[in-house]
Amino acid sequence: MKKLSILLAVVFALTLVGCNKQKAEVAAPAEEKPMEVVKTSVVMVTDVGGVNDQSFNQSAWEGLQKAQKDLDINVSYKESKQNADYMPNMESVLDDGNDLIWGIGFMMADAILEAAQNNPDQYYAIIDNAYEDTPSNLVGVVFEAEQASYLVGYIAGRMTQTGKVGFIGGIKFFLIEEFEYGFKAGVKQAGADIEVFTQYAESFTDAAKGKSIANSMYQQGADIIFHAAGGVGNGLIEAAKEQGKWAIGVDRDQNDLAPDNVLTSAMKRVDNGIYNLSKELAEGNFPGGTTVAYGLAEGGVGIAPTSSKHVPADILAEVEMLEKKIIAGEFVVPNTADTLAAYKVVDLK
Amino acid sequence: MKNPLKNSALGITLISILLGLFVGALILLFIGYNPIEAYSVMLNGIFGSVRYLSWTIIYATPIILTGLSVAFAFKTGLFNIGAEGQYIVGALTAALVGYYVPMPTLLHIPFVLICSITAGSLWGSIAGYLKARFGVNEVISTIMLNWIALYLNNFFVLNEKIKRPGSEATNKILDSAKIIFFDVWKKSPDGQAFRKAHPFFNDIFRTPANAGFLIAILAAVLVLLILNKTTLGYSLKAVGFNKDAAEFGGINIKSSMISSMAIAGGLSGLAGAVQVTGFTREASALAAMEGYGFEGISVALIGANNPIGCVLAGLFYGALKYGGSKIQPRIGAPYEIISIIMGTIVLFIAMPKLIRMMKITKKKEAE
Repeated sequence: MKKLSILLAVVFALTLVGCNKQKAEVAAPAEEKPMEVVKTSVVMVTDVGGVNDQSFNQSAWEGLQKAQKDLDINVSYKESKQNADYMPNMESVLDDGNDLIWGIGFMMADAILEAAQNNPDQYYAIIDNAYEDTPSNLVGVVFEAEQASYLVGYIAGRMTQTGKVGFIGGIKFFLIEEFEYGFKAGVKQAGADIEVFTQYAESFTDAAKGKSIANSMYQQGADIIFHAAGGVGNGLIEAAKEQGKWAIGVDRDQNDLAPDNVLTSAMKRVDNGIYNLSKELAEGNFPGGTTVAYGLAEGGVGIAPTSSKHVPADILAEVEMLEKKIIAGEFVVPNTADTLAAYKVVDLK
Repeated sequence: MKNPLKNSALGITLISILLGLFVGALILLFIGYNPIEAYSVMLNGIFGSVRYLSWTIIYATPIILTGLSVAFAFKTGLFNIGAEGQYIVGALTAALVGYYVPMPTLLHIPFVLICSITAGSLWGSIAGYLKARFGVNEVISTIMLNWIALYLNNFFVLNEKIKRPGSEATNKILDSAKIIFFDVWKKSPDGQAFRKAHPFFNDIFRTPANAGFLIAILAAVLVLLILNKTTLGYSLKAVGFNKDAAEFGGINIKSSMISSMAIAGGLSGLAGAVQVTGFTREASALAAMEGYGFEGISVALIGANNPIGCVLAGLFYGALKYGGSKIQPRIGAPYEIISIIMGTIVLFIAMPKLIRMMKITKKKEAE
C-alpha cells in the first residue's frame, strides 16, 4: 500500500506539471465567451498523443490558434486519452455545435468517417488520411512527407563523412514508411554507395529505446541519423549530443532541442494545413468530399529554416534546385519500396 | 474489531471523494476557471441525457472488471499490477477469435468470452507461477508482463496477415461476436423507423450500449460468492491473511497463489473481451499503455476491495472520465483535472488505511 501511495503521488505530481504547461494555451479560447455575433467555430479532437505531444497534435493546435487570431473564429480542442475515446469525443464536440470538426491523426480515420456518415450536415476534416470514397461533408488532408524526407536525405548523403547514415522509424506502417523511402531516395541521389541503416523502434514514445538504437548506429559508423518516430527521436537527439554526431529532426524544426547537433529537420506543416482549410471554411469554400494534399508546392512540407546554420551554402543551393524540380513536377519522390527501387538519380545540371 | 473497520471504510471513501472534488475545485480556481461552472458542465455531461448515461456505463464497464481483478488478488494477499497486460491479452484474443472463428451468435459470444478469460488467466498465472516456484515478487513480474503483453499485441496487430489494410488495427469482429444491443437491427430500415418514433431509444442506440455492464455485475457477484462461499475462496483468503498459518493449516500456498492470479487474470481478460465485443470491435496497435488496468487499481482502492464497491467505484470513475472530458472544449479547463481529482481521492483513501495498518502492527508488536 505504501509503495502504491508513492506511485500515485508521482503520477499525481506528473499530471500537475502537464496541467501547468497547458494552461497558457488553453486560456485563449476560454476568454472568447461573449457570442453576440455568431462566429465560425472550429474544434479539433487530438489522438492519444494529447495536445502537448511536441509533434503533430501540438502543431495542429498552433495552426488553430493562429486561425483564431487572424480569422476571428472560435477554436477549441478535446484530448483523447485512449483509443476508445474517439467515438464519444466526436459525439460530444458534435453536441457543442461546431462548424468544423477536425480529427488529428489517421488513427481516428474510422471514427471520423462514421461520424461524417451519420451526420451529413456537419463538416469534418482529418489530418493524415485519404479515404477511398470521401463523403461530401468530409475532407482528408495528407502531407507529402516523402518530399521533405528526400531533401534531408540528400543533405545527409552529401554531408556524411563515413559514407553511412541511419533512419529510425516509429511503428512500421505506410505513413512512416513514406519518410523512410523518401529519405533513402534522397541519400541515393547524393551518392549510390552510401549505406543506410534502418530500424523501427516499435514505439512513438520510448526515448530510451531511440537512444540505444541511435548509439548502436553511431557505433556501426553512421554519423547522421534521421528519425520519424515522435518521442523516440528525443533519445536520438540526446545520443547525438553526447557523441557529438548529427541528428535530423522531424515534423517541426527540432534544432532547439540540440542547437549544435540537429543538422536540419524534415518539417510537416500540420499547422499550415489546419490553418488553410479553416480559412477556406470561414470564406465559405470548404472543399468537402475531396482529399487535399500538401507538399512542397503548397508549403505543407519542407526543410527547417535553421538548416543554414550547419549546412554549407553550396549544398543548400543544390537542395533548392531539387526542390524546384519537385515542385515543377519533373520527377516524383518515391514513397514505397517499389518506387524507391525504380528511382533514377536526377541530373542536377 | 472487524465490523467498525468495514463501516468506517465507507465513511472514509465518501469523505475522500468529497475532499478530492474539493481539491479539484481549488486547483481549477487557482488556474483561473470557475469550479462551479466546471462541475455543472460535468454533471450535465453525465446526467444531461440518456445517451450520456449510456456512455458513462460504457466507460465504467472495463474498469469495473479490472478493478475486480485487482481487488480479488488483493484479498488473497497479492498485488496485481498486471491487470493492464491481462486486459491487453484478453482484448487481443477477443479481436482474433471474434474475427477468425465464425460461429452462430449464441455460441460465438460465450466462446469469445471464454477464450479471453483463458488467455487472461494464463497471463496472470505466469506471475503466480513465478512467485510460487521462484519467489519472484508479483509486482515486478506483472509490470514486466504488461510490457510483454503490449509488444505481443503490436506484434500480432501489425502483422501484415492480421491487420486491416490501411489501418493500425485488426479486422472488425464479426456481427455474431458482438454484445452490442441490437447492433444489426438498429441500423436496418426497421430499426431506423423505430428509432425515429422513440427518441428515448434512439438516444440509447446512438451509443454502443452493450451487455458488458451486466457481465461485469455478474462477475462481481461471482467474485463475492467465490470469496465468501467456497472452499477455494476460503483457502485463498487464508493465504492472504497469513501465509504461514495457512500452510500450517494444510493449505497448499503455492497452488493458491497460482489460482488466485489465474482468477484475477481471467477477470482482466474478460474486461478486454467486453471492451472489444461491446465497443471497439477491434484491437489496435498500442503506442503506450492505455491504462485500463491501472485505473482498475484506483477502482479497487476506492471500492475498498469489495466486489460491490468495485462496481460503484467503477461507475464513479467512468462518470468522471466521460463527463469530465467535456469541460475541456466547453470552458477550456484541462482534462487532467480529472486525473488530479482521482489521484487525490485515492491518496486520501490510502492514507487513513496506512495509518490504521501501522497502528495494528504496533499493537501486535506490543502484544
